[in-house]
Amino acid sequence: MLKKRIIVCLDVKDGRTTKGVKFLDNVDIGDPVVMAAEYYRQGVDELVFYDIMASARDRGPTLDLIRRVAETVFIPFCVGGGISTVGDIRSTILAGAEKVSINSPAVRNPDLITEGAAIFGAQCIVLGMDAKRDSSMSSGYRVFINGGRVATDFDALEWAIRAEKLGAGEIVLNSIDADGTKAGCEINLTRMISEHVGIPVVASGGAGTPAHMAEVLTGGKADAALIASMVHSGEYTIGSIKRTLAEMNIPVRL
Amino acid sequence: MTGIVDYNAGNIRSVELALLSMKVEYRISKNPLDLVGSDRLIFPGVGEAKFAMRELKKTGFDVFLRDWTASGKPLLGVCLGSQIIFDHSEESDTVCLGLLAGTVRRFPADFKERGLKVPHMGWNNITLRNGHSSLFDGVEKNTDVYFVHSYYIDPADPLVVTATADYGFPVPCAVKKGNIEALQFHPEKSGAEGLKMLANFTRGGAPC
Repeated sequence: MLKKRIIVCLDVKDGRTTKGVKFLDNVDIGDPVVMAAEYYRQGVDELVFYDIMASARDRGPTLDLIRRVAETVFIPFCVGGGISTVGDIRSTILAGAEKVSINSPAVRNPDLITEGAAIFGAQCIVLGMDAKRDSSMSSGYRVFINGGRVATDFDALEWAIRAEKLGAGEIVLNSIDADGTKAGCEINLTRMISEHVGIPVVASGGAGTPAHMAEVLTGGKADAALIASMVHSGEYTIGSIKRTLAEMNIPVRL
Repeated sequence: MTGIVDYNAGNIRSVELALLSMKVEYRISKNPLDLVGSDRLIFPGVGEAKFAMRELKKTGFDVFLRDWTASGKPLLGVCLGSQIIFDHSEESDTVCLGLLAGTVRRFPADFKERGLKVPHMGWNNITLRNGHSSLFDGVEKNTDVYFVHSYYIDPADPLVVTATADYGFPVPCAVKKGNIEALQFHPEKSGAEGLKMLANFTRGGAPC
């Protein structure tokens, strides 16, 4: 049986993790390679590195980070932020990442999805999407870009369906309304998108407890849940989350 | 010495790094001549079948892989490499290497209505079949491994299937026939259990 994936997201800036983590306070907490190795040891299913200096031209530190992670962590990982050309996709994949996540650049240039998928395969191309409730949109949700700061004319559901047709192999769906609340994920949005596309959907934003994750993986029909602060804070480990989910009869890799 | 076939098909770096981490000696090359003296060969790859076959022909690896198979030395196909060794792929209607009899098929169209996503992406447990492949020596029973594929292998002879994973039906995900073995999933991305499989292959006995 295919398991529900638990994915940890690390925000990086100039090749360093931007948020501190409690569980590693006796080691170099700024090193995402060390954090990645620790989550790997705990049994995380996949990792995402998000380069928050998306506007920076110099992707050198990020590529160096990808190389170092690939040497130590033998599970899939995805890299997002600042990937706006086929050349960026190529350098990221060749450095050792399995997937790239494309968010704002895909809205500005949807052909990037198609070009990337044609060369590297749909499984490499992840659409990152930030969506926010908006009753004036036909699905009830609007797509935002530039880290949620800039509204677009895109309807979230229409964009998801279109991205699948363009060649995306997966969607990471972040709810701006739920993000950072720790009050639970956006079940309605996640279920709607997941039911209307044939590719996997990763739910992001709002999870503060394993029960929140369980909700979005069952009722929300997400194929995976992406978390950050729950584990970075030291409040939970990957192991404790997975054991709780397993007790709730959610199939996870233990 | 383990040879790795490099034919511009995706992230072969992760296979290389997995061998490096286990201190396995390997040689990776885009030139078949460099790999002739290898004891065993890994044929990895991700991407699209037609593009991959074109690259194999361009580099001469198509002929090399047929000769290698005839030589009796061990060959391990991984992911796209596990598909290309069959006769034909439905992906872009591609004639493949024909080292094993069978077809590579797209997951059925009704998967979407059944709530089964394509690609089959993520961790799924494997069930061993038809006796034993030494690739799985010491590997946890029912272990989860990492999959990502939209097409699946359908061997003409069901007895060559050494493992299946349940995704809508028992999907063949490992095969063995003579000196040829192949894994649809990614052992190099399947944590410690996946690394064991690569160790079993690369540390296998001297070829006959």
